[in-house]
Amino acid sequence: MKKLLVLLFSFLTITAYAAESAEGGEFRPGDMITHHIADDYTWHFADGVVLYLPVILVDNGEVVSFSSSNFYNEAHEVVPYKGYVMEHGHIYKTNAAGEPIADYAGLYDLSITKNVASMFVSVALLFFVFFGIAASYKKNPGKAPRGMQSFFEPIIIFIRDEIAKANIGPKYERYMPYLLTIFFFIWFNNLLGLMPGGANLTGNIAVTLVLALMTLLITVFSGNKSYWGHIFATPGVPKWLAPIMIPVELIGIFTKPFSLMVRLFANITAGHIIILSLFSLIFIFQSIAVGPLSVAFATFMNFLELFVALLQAYIFTLLSAMYFGGAVEEHEHHDEHAHAEAH
Amino acid sequence: MQLVTPGIGLIFWQLVTFLIVLFLLAKFAWKPIMKALHEREASIEDALSAAERAKLEIQSLKADNEKLLAEARLERDKILKEASDAGNALVESAKNKANEEGARMIAQAREAIENEKRAAITEVKNMAAALSLDIAERILRKELSNPAAQQELAADYIREVTLN
Repeated sequence: MKKLLVLLFSFLTITAYAAESAEGGEFRPGDMITHHIADDYTWHFADGVVLYLPVILVDNGEVVSFSSSNFYNEAHEVVPYKGYVMEHGHIYKTNAAGEPIADYAGLYDLSITKNVASMFVSVALLFFVFFGIAASYKKNPGKAPRGMQSFFEPIIIFIRDEIAKANIGPKYERYMPYLLTIFFFIWFNNLLGLMPGGANLTGNIAVTLVLALMTLLITVFSGNKSYWGHIFATPGVPKWLAPIMIPVELIGIFTKPFSLMVRLFANITAGHIIILSLFSLIFIFQSIAVGPLSVAFATFMNFLELFVALLQAYIFTLLSAMYFGGAVEEHEHHDEHAHAEAH
Repeated sequence: MQLVTPGIGLIFWQLVTFLIVLFLLAKFAWKPIMKALHEREASIEDALSAAERAKLEIQSLKADNEKLLAEARLERDKILKEASDAGNALVESAKNKANEEGARMIAQAREAIENEKRAAITEVKNMAAALSLDIAERILRKELSNPAAQQELAADYIREVTLN
């Protein structure tokens, strides 16, 4: 275990060092950190070990595809290619002079970036793990779980009993596939993000946006009469308050998934920034003596991040389940009865 | 600012990939896993309730057995008591019978003795009478062998008859 950790941190240190040498000249921790937590067109594992990912562009309906290595010349300097140029992690259309056009419309960048590639890895892992588990359930039905099965079964049962059943109620079964998928998708990607050379996928706002959007759509489409009743005619609130209440409730529909989006993004990104900052201290002080201290703190932070990886997956799943529960909950209609009697 | 600006490419790939992952995992992983878990839980539940039922059954069997045993014990006690009663009654009746028999036999013996005694006495009486008669006859024969005595006697009888 100890050996593994030493190995892990030696890798992390190499990556940090690589960042410095790649940028060259004076070490700017801000740039290094931003570079590490942002998306990229190449996957930089270590100095010299670089995976050039494919660039896919949709330019006014026309699909253009080439390797991102074309943007670099032999001296590892960024050069324009086929009328496109890469600048600050974005691809721009260039004019005749090779200058990027800032306000060019109609260019959609659908490249397989580092985050997309990392997501594919996580998906392969998810398929490998859970298809394997499903196969072992089929192979020995009704038997005690074995191996990987016995590790994941308590987690699956926890999600079913403590998250879905407890928050959604009798209709929980419908939401289980989604809840299990987001939980393991977020957890696996959080952990992959902590690996040396890993991408900051769950700390990317586009990813958390899509996940939150899914929760929003499922919530809205599974909302029953009582759910919409509470939004457009909140029981127990006087009618003249409706002009205030309805917008507030409508905004509430969106703030819930928005908070999901920001929470996951901010937590994961913050963890990455802290660990990278601790390593940056070595290069800021330009002293090997700071190394042990940095490593000690970073080790502590890494353990904390391992916990946060699980915690954030749990929170996202739990809150999604709570929103679904609110949408399908059958309220007791005391107010409506009173209303009917008054007529 | 770049950090909080979602990129269109990643949104696209995330959406597509996530939907595919959701669909495939739901169909080929979650469904069989949830089904297997559910089945296993149901079978465990069944086994537990069967065990519970068996336990209750055993308890009731045990209670039945105990009841039967108690009944058997009662029956045995009753039979023993009856047998001893019957024995006692038999002994008692035999004793009574023996007593009675004894008493009867004594009475019979007594009666026989009485009869013998009576017969003996009668015989003695008869013998005494015959002897007396014999003696009287002999005396009379001797007395009346002379004529004076016969005359005297006749005279006596006549006296007596006159007097009467």
